[in-house]
Amino acid sequence: MYYGVDVGSTYTKIVGLDKKKEIVDLKVFDTTINPDETIRDYLKGKKVQMLVATGYGRHMINEAFGAPVISEIKAHAKGAYYFFNDVKTVIDLGGQDSKVIKVVEDGNFDNFRMNDKCAAGTGKFIEIAAGRLQIPLEEFGEFCKKADKKVQISSMCAVFAESEVISLIAKKEKPENIGYGIIESIANRLAAMAKSLRPEEKIVFTGGGAKNILLKELLEEKLQKKIFIPKHPQMMGAFGAALSGLELA
Amino acid sequence: MSEKYTQMYKELGMDIEKHNELLNALMQIYPEFFLKQDNRPKEMEYFDYVMSEIHGKRIEEILKKKKQGKPLVGTFCIFVPEEIVVGADGACYGLCGGADFSIPDAERDLPRNICPLIKSAYGFKVQRTCPYTQSSDFIYGETSCEAKKKTWELLNELHPTHVMHIPQMKREKEKELWKSEVYDFKKHIEKVIDRELTFEELKKGIEIINKKREAMQRLDRLRGMYPDVVPISGKDGLLINQISFYDDPERFTKKVHELCDELEERIKDKKSVVSKETPRIMVIGTPMAPPNWKLHHIVETTGGVIINEEACIGHRYYKDNIDVENAKTIDDLMDRMLERYMKIDCACFTPNDERIEKIIQMYKERKADGIIYYSLSFCHTYNVESKKVIDRLQAENIPVLKIESDYSMEDVGQIKTRVEAFLESVSFRKQANSFKGI
Repeated sequence: MYYGVDVGSTYTKIVGLDKKKEIVDLKVFDTTINPDETIRDYLKGKKVQMLVATGYGRHMINEAFGAPVISEIKAHAKGAYYFFNDVKTVIDLGGQDSKVIKVVEDGNFDNFRMNDKCAAGTGKFIEIAAGRLQIPLEEFGEFCKKADKKVQISSMCAVFAESEVISLIAKKEKPENIGYGIIESIANRLAAMAKSLRPEEKIVFTGGGAKNILLKELLEEKLQKKIFIPKHPQMMGAFGAALSGLELA
Repeated sequence: MSEKYTQMYKELGMDIEKHNELLNALMQIYPEFFLKQDNRPKEMEYFDYVMSEIHGKRIEEILKKKKQGKPLVGTFCIFVPEEIVVGADGACYGLCGGADFSIPDAERDLPRNICPLIKSAYGFKVQRTCPYTQSSDFIYGETSCEAKKKTWELLNELHPTHVMHIPQMKREKEKELWKSEVYDFKKHIEKVIDRELTFEELKKGIEIINKKREAMQRLDRLRGMYPDVVPISGKDGLLINQISFYDDPERFTKKVHELCDELEERIKDKKSVVSKETPRIMVIGTPMAPPNWKLHHIVETTGGVIINEEACIGHRYYKDNIDVENAKTIDDLMDRMLERYMKIDCACFTPNDERIEKIIQMYKERKADGIIYYSLSFCHTYNVESKKVIDRLQAENIPVLKIESDYSMEDVGQIKTRVEAFLESVSFRKQANSFKGI
């Protein structure tokens, strides 16, 4: 089997494909202090013909197993292409960064943008807000869709936005309204980043952030384009890594 | 080296303990970043030595000049005409401003959201940990950006600081303004030596610096003009550009030529520091003051190599010389000097389109594989100008990646990801370009 592993800042994702590119293994772990040990334990006894690593921990996996590495940009382009072979633009919202990738034929990429350092406009931002408002992350999008008022979140920094959230809570603002404001501020940043690359259709939205339905809808509204979400949006990097290994076979 | 110089540091009023901390940190990263590189030119030994004595022997040298009544001028900008100081047999050098180490102390007085170079430099004065700042008679600041010119007012309370008014447009009236500034600067230096500079002295100062720039131009060509061979790493190239602001100019010139002789041999023997497939990258934008080696280290440990810095610490500093031929009077020399300084294509000017044309030409001449536009955080001039530059580069189908960063290490992971992806796409293009057909 051909494995791809994406060691992200929050989760470690593992995908196994067979020779026909069929999915035979899918697994997500929290990224701990020893992701290489987690992967070793999980893959022990399995038939691993190739393992390719991507994500922030990719070089650690390279050191541990001699696994080749590819950048997350390449991995996401390849992963999205696997699900939609007419993809032109990938928008990815991960735990620690967000990126927009222009995909050319065969799932290669041509250009990309990434957020600057800090958690502004990343998945972490959503996670912190959902935690503060005590809403489970998986339900956060649906929950915020119930908003009846627009609340502006002006801070771009996750730390300061948290204090902004706290002061809104103190003003008795409804949590769904605050949540809507948070998601909208992220959608604004993502849309601006996407626009700087002049996004073409088809647009595919990936990463843990794509699991937030409100975020998807707001992005569609701001870009005035339809957005597609693959099955397992969180696993795109791992898919791309696994596919790269398969290409070598 | 520190103990040997304790007495000297004491006389300079330095915070010795803190300074030791700084040097220890530096001496920890230097071997890791520089000495571990494969296949370094042998003549880099001199520059390693200079770095090891950068706060030692070199300070002794300049203090000797001071004892003889020669001017010592600290600067932050390539607009300050060093030819005049060197003509007076003084020393003109760049001040420390490339380390995170001093920034927390600067933020006592300065806002967080201004460029790290200014904060770092100011912090070194607050900490009393830069022997160059401490030994200078005065600092010459300039008006190339908002944060700088307002910081000089504060710095002046800690150390004598003068400000040169650098124009921000290049029309005749601004050239006149700049002319009067340079004459004032000359007068100030003459006050230190208590007499007027002679024609011969000024000419000699210009010639010394011309020769230094010629040596650096030669190094620049050897680094970048031979697509099949990169005879020296980008990190070492950057280091030499940085040292050019500290070292004795005549000795430096000689040593750069000796290195260039070796590099020429390497080019003849096709002895490259990287494999032929390695993407050759040009870096353009804001200066990297030592020990800011962050971007170069990331690029060169991620499978790329840097062949040039289009920055004030780099090509912008040495690209133009002063023509002294047939100059007969001091005013002639001053005019020639002014002409040369007005060719500096700093982003503080508007418009600054000549910079864009120059970058495209440099890229084509060097057959580079890609460009990284580097901007220090909060450097508004270079940061805003990047839009125009990058649009043009993309129209020319030149791959470009923009990185905005400061001196901290917290974003190294993110930058590495971006650089890796950029090099991946550039490599692919490079391979495609070398496809010969079937």
